[in-house]
Amino acid sequence: MSVDDNAVGWSRDDMAKRAAFDIPDGAYVNLGIGIPELVAKHVPEGREVVYHTENGLLGMGPSPVDDEGDPELINAGKRRVTAVPGASYFHHADSFVMIRGGHIDICVLGAMQVSEHGDLANWSTGSPDSIPAVGGAMDLVAGANTIRVITQHCTRDGQPKLVEACSYPLTGAAVVKRVYTDLAVVDIGANGFQLVELAPGIDFEHVRDLTAAELRPLPN
Amino acid sequence: MIDKELPTVAEAVADIFDGATVMIGGFGEAGSPIELIHALIDQGASGLTVVNNNAGSGEVGLAALLKSGGVSKLICSYPRTAGSRVFPDLYRSGRIELELVPQGTLSERIRAGGAGIPAFFTPTAVGTPLQDGKEIRTFDGRDYVMEHGLTADFALVKCSRADRHGNLVYNKTARNFGPVMATAAATTIVQASEIVDIGALDPEVVVTPGIFVSRVVGVAKPALESELVAREVSYP
Repeated sequence: MSVDDNAVGWSRDDMAKRAAFDIPDGAYVNLGIGIPELVAKHVPEGREVVYHTENGLLGMGPSPVDDEGDPELINAGKRRVTAVPGASYFHHADSFVMIRGGHIDICVLGAMQVSEHGDLANWSTGSPDSIPAVGGAMDLVAGANTIRVITQHCTRDGQPKLVEACSYPLTGAAVVKRVYTDLAVVDIGANGFQLVELAPGIDFEHVRDLTAAELRPLPN
Repeated sequence: MIDKELPTVAEAVADIFDGATVMIGGFGEAGSPIELIHALIDQGASGLTVVNNNAGSGEVGLAALLKSGGVSKLICSYPRTAGSRVFPDLYRSGRIELELVPQGTLSERIRAGGAGIPAFFTPTAVGTPLQDGKEIRTFDGRDYVMEHGLTADFALVKCSRADRHGNLVYNKTARNFGPVMATAAATTIVQASEIVDIGALDPEVVVTPGIFVSRVVGVAKPALESELVAREVSYP
């Protein structure tokens, strides 16, 4: 994977590619707003994966080049996308039957905070003047079979996003199974955060110092 | 003879009354019935409760309706939009009430409303602040929140093709909330980019059957919200 000379760890696109690498052949996968949108660019060689966007499309392809395309063919982040061969359109209630009825295998979401118990906060800071915006996130964490998160390891001002307990209002409790950050891949199990993989050039101590909860190292 | 076609958007929205609940289709600009919304602004109804997934962008369409002061309450899943100050300003100054609803709960509440189902249970929002004040029941060891069906006095919906019976076909992801909102409103008003002869729509591909539609008005070249926003148009 390519790494920007000035960046530390994985780029946004690298994170999306790493998340796509874990998606098995034949999976139906919902992609949330933000870095998860980039996952649609990446289907590992030899696999067929169907991407779902909750505004009514199964078989979502990447954004068209130069922002051409149809303004009525968009993803959950309201960016123009493409429909791949075999795609289908449907209305919102059917789309959320797919989500809430347990038909979506994997959902990849963004996050403000993830706790060591798998709690997710990604819709509101809870501050009185913030505009709360939940979208489909609460439906996805309640209904999709496996929830994964792609996020920067820290906020823009350096605060860890992987924490012991979320200080922001929850989207769902004990829902996240795996987190892809710019620094590492981290699983969440009965013992909390477990390192799975380090980004190139990143060492364990660096990730541990930027994680506000216990991070278990790779087994020897 | 059944003929639901009206000649102008102004006539189509003329009877929307003060205090009405109005469902408005669209997910961002996709499916937003912008000409019907502008006609509603011109018509001047006030004290409206609006149901939409979002809160509009720029100062056109839904954002312009909010800016006009005609909306007292918004029922919505995602009122955050890059580049629109209208809703944040109204919300922070306490001039609009927000009922925040998870998107799937919103679409299911509308579906239930249209199907005559007064309430249902869902695991969505359990353990979050959005369950506050709602009944919780446990089924097979899992907690569920009770949510109420949602109906409206009017629905404003955009589609690509319609016939005079109100059979509708949509364009790509512009379908979104249109079909469920059409079922849940006492009066469903549709703007269609094209009105075709009866029989021209293949019954196998009709998405909204005409029974759910009250009025159809042709808007041949609907404006594009993003283009108006890019040109910094402010309606009216």
